[in-house]
Amino acid sequence: MIVSPRPQRRALTLLLAPLALLAWILPANAQTEFVPITSPGGISAWMVEDHTIPIITLGFAFKGAGATQDPNDQLGRANLMSTLLDEGAGDLDSEAFQTQLDEVGLEIQFSADQDNFSGAARMLSEAREDGTELLALAVNEPRFDQPAVDRMRAQIMAGLVAQSQDPGYAARLMWNEALFGDHPYSRPVEGTVETLPVITIENLRAFHNAVFARENLKIGIVGAITPQEAGEMIDVVFGGLPQAPELIPIPDAQLSFGQELAVSYPLPQTTINMAFPGIAQEDPEFFPAYVMTELLAGGNLLSLLNVEVREKRGLSYGVSGNMVDLAHAHAITIGTSTSSDQADETIEVIKTTLAALAENGPDPVELERIQRYLIGAYPINQLRSSVSIARAMVGQQLRDLPVDYITERAGLIEAVTAADVQAMAQQIFATEPSLMLLGPEADADDLAATTPEPANP
Amino acid sequence: MHRSALGLFTSLMLAAPALAQEEIPPPVISEFTLDNGLQLVVMPDTRAPIVTHTVWYRVGAADEPPGQSGVAHFLEHLMFRGTETYPAGALDRLVSELGGNMNAFTSWDVTAYFETIPPDALGEIMAIEADRMRNVALPPEIIDAERSVVMEERRQVIESNPDGILAEELAATQFQNHPYGSPVIGWAHEIEELSRDDALSFYNQYYAPNNALVVVAGDVEPEAVRALAEQTYGAVPRGPDLPERVRRQEPPQDTSRTVTLTDPRVALPSFTRGWVVPSYRTGAAGEAEALDVLAGLLSDGTRSILYQKLVVELGIAAQANASYDGAAFDMGTFTLSGAPRPDATLEELIAAISAEIEDIITNGVSQEDVDRVADRFARDTVFQRDDPTHLAMSYGLWLANGGTIEGLNTWPDRIRAVTPQAVQDVAARYLGADNAVTGYLLPPAEEPAP
Repeated sequence: MIVSPRPQRRALTLLLAPLALLAWILPANAQTEFVPITSPGGISAWMVEDHTIPIITLGFAFKGAGATQDPNDQLGRANLMSTLLDEGAGDLDSEAFQTQLDEVGLEIQFSADQDNFSGAARMLSEAREDGTELLALAVNEPRFDQPAVDRMRAQIMAGLVAQSQDPGYAARLMWNEALFGDHPYSRPVEGTVETLPVITIENLRAFHNAVFARENLKIGIVGAITPQEAGEMIDVVFGGLPQAPELIPIPDAQLSFGQELAVSYPLPQTTINMAFPGIAQEDPEFFPAYVMTELLAGGNLLSLLNVEVREKRGLSYGVSGNMVDLAHAHAITIGTSTSSDQADETIEVIKTTLAALAENGPDPVELERIQRYLIGAYPINQLRSSVSIARAMVGQQLRDLPVDYITERAGLIEAVTAADVQAMAQQIFATEPSLMLLGPEADADDLAATTPEPANP
Repeated sequence: MHRSALGLFTSLMLAAPALAQEEIPPPVISEFTLDNGLQLVVMPDTRAPIVTHTVWYRVGAADEPPGQSGVAHFLEHLMFRGTETYPAGALDRLVSELGGNMNAFTSWDVTAYFETIPPDALGEIMAIEADRMRNVALPPEIIDAERSVVMEERRQVIESNPDGILAEELAATQFQNHPYGSPVIGWAHEIEELSRDDALSFYNQYYAPNNALVVVAGDVEPEAVRALAEQTYGAVPRGPDLPERVRRQEPPQDTSRTVTLTDPRVALPSFTRGWVVPSYRTGAAGEAEALDVLAGLLSDGTRSILYQKLVVELGIAAQANASYDGAAFDMGTFTLSGAPRPDATLEELIAAISAEIEDIITNGVSQEDVDRVADRFARDTVFQRDDPTHLAMSYGLWLANGGTIEGLNTWPDRIRAVTPQAVQDVAARYLGADNAVTGYLLPPAEEPAP
């Protein structure tokens, strides 16, 4: 985590965590202002101009163009496409395109999550013109040549096979199915060994044509580039896209709580996951829930659960809590792992801590610390590098948040009272959570035992 | 997770920020040494109102007394349990209220603590770090709980996954005498025996200004940082002089060894093959640079040899990587690894990778390919400067292990000077078939590859 290994392209595809984090809810401070611009061709973007280091970073996303758009018989389509946009475009086949990328010094990356299709590009400023042209080719004219499609598909399939006997993978699939039911969120973003082989070049091309459009496009540009140059870049890269996407509407998910799931496997620890109802960001109750989750299990050893589980009792290396904030689903999750003979005790400590918060409310001093943390952490986490700034600007637009959201956000966090947090705890923890255990004899007591299935449901 | 990632410093040099091209100047760096021996390095970056403060102790798991594996890491955990002036939670609380973040890690060679905060809090952070440099409290009643936390960390990070178990066993087999063979987190049976006295004794020996380095990167003025450092760290008395840092060294490695782990969780077999090679500190001039280029040629990006041959042309690899860790205080390692696609075999994959190494040893590499790798490395050093935390981490690790700022700043130039002949020479000299250690991770009922 400190000095990370050089990223290896084409590594085995990792399964996404079962539920996305809310880590990136969004940014801006006095000294780094997000500036809305409109390109000569009429495309909106946000930018931060900074000439300190000769780097240009461009982040973008096509909203709604993620894996939820995959048909049931083509699961993995969006993800597969994300591996193919640098595998040849325009007149350049895969080899020629990648040689050009290397010569120009353009780094590009695409990814699909459940909700959106995202891209990022990075170049030295001296490479701006050539880099822009290459990126435009990748975005507008991907080739989807058969050898490249077959190669990328084989890589993803190998990743699925590699995980197929991993009880953790089986548990994550089961967890998502249990929580989301038949909503598209229950399906694996990478697809399955049944659906990947049937995805055709025509399927990919049709998907590209349907979802890459100007209306659902969000852009953030950072670095050594003027607004005028940024506008020109945007028009070259995105100006040729159709105006409106064709997206299948996705309903909100109805999450299932009160379920007990177990995967029994002889591991040295038992992993514990809990899911409670969550709150949508646009809901007026969002900030009390957000503050409460951080208070309980934020990334800090002072959180209530870390104090009780880790610091006082040494039961675990740590307890984490997240607000799941997908476009169509919301939950609060709590997770930890402990040696299996301590699993019952750990669950008991967690439940007792949650109940105590509902009964007594938060310590006012702790509440204030959390509020200050959440306000201060925003710029520190969002503005530390061009990449994080670009990601923040795109994320904020995906959520339809205003460009000066940070000001409003600080006020909304400050306004949360101890009574608000207590009321939220009473509301959320009145629901019996869904609970999943993975570990040795995880079928103990009243939990229904399940053995891990192979990777392909 | 908060507090203590075990250091796995693969490819540090690839991440090191430095001079990319003549028209892009290197970061401005100020260096001071206080009277008590503390080395201080400041790298201003005023783009955002953030500063990363890091403290590096020139001690790690490879410096532990025999029988006390894991004591360096255990002490790292205990360092967060407070001092008389700043009791347990004080540092967490301060950093938290500022919206900052903090963490620490232990590797075989160094132990580091770091905080990212708004600049106006730097003085208080330095005061807390300076205080716990000599005055850690360690109340006896917290020792057992913290040891339990470390045991849970060990179960979570190593024992719960086959890759973690195999990596630990591979290192233990790779290093026959050097302490790099012991896990940083420690062997379970030795962690269980670690006492408060063990931790304190380690602390008293190694935690002192004259064994420490502070690197600060971000929105700060060097002279202001120096003044704060003199007020805080400057008041900490110099510790006893440390003896020269000499670890047990490896005997000549002249056997090939195999480590096999079979696990029902494994569906695709994979292998890792490693050699003990020189590091930047121990190698002859240019050797480490040539090893870095060799690793880059083999597996950096889609134009690399292993990707083109094994993934594109033969289509037999799900994964194929080469890496060189040259940042170590003592010797480095060069590693090849890979997994076959489901329709290929591990034997085929290993044979094909070995053939590529053999081809380099016999026929060498092209100037054009070497230049391409050098260009990419140079570009990466500029991209790395985008995050001051990365900057502080890269320089900190390099300097804590005995390197110089000059050495890091001229790294891209030295990479550019690597010749195809030098790459061929290091491949021939170090990647022999008769002294490699190979690890196999296999599904049940598969025989190890030959």
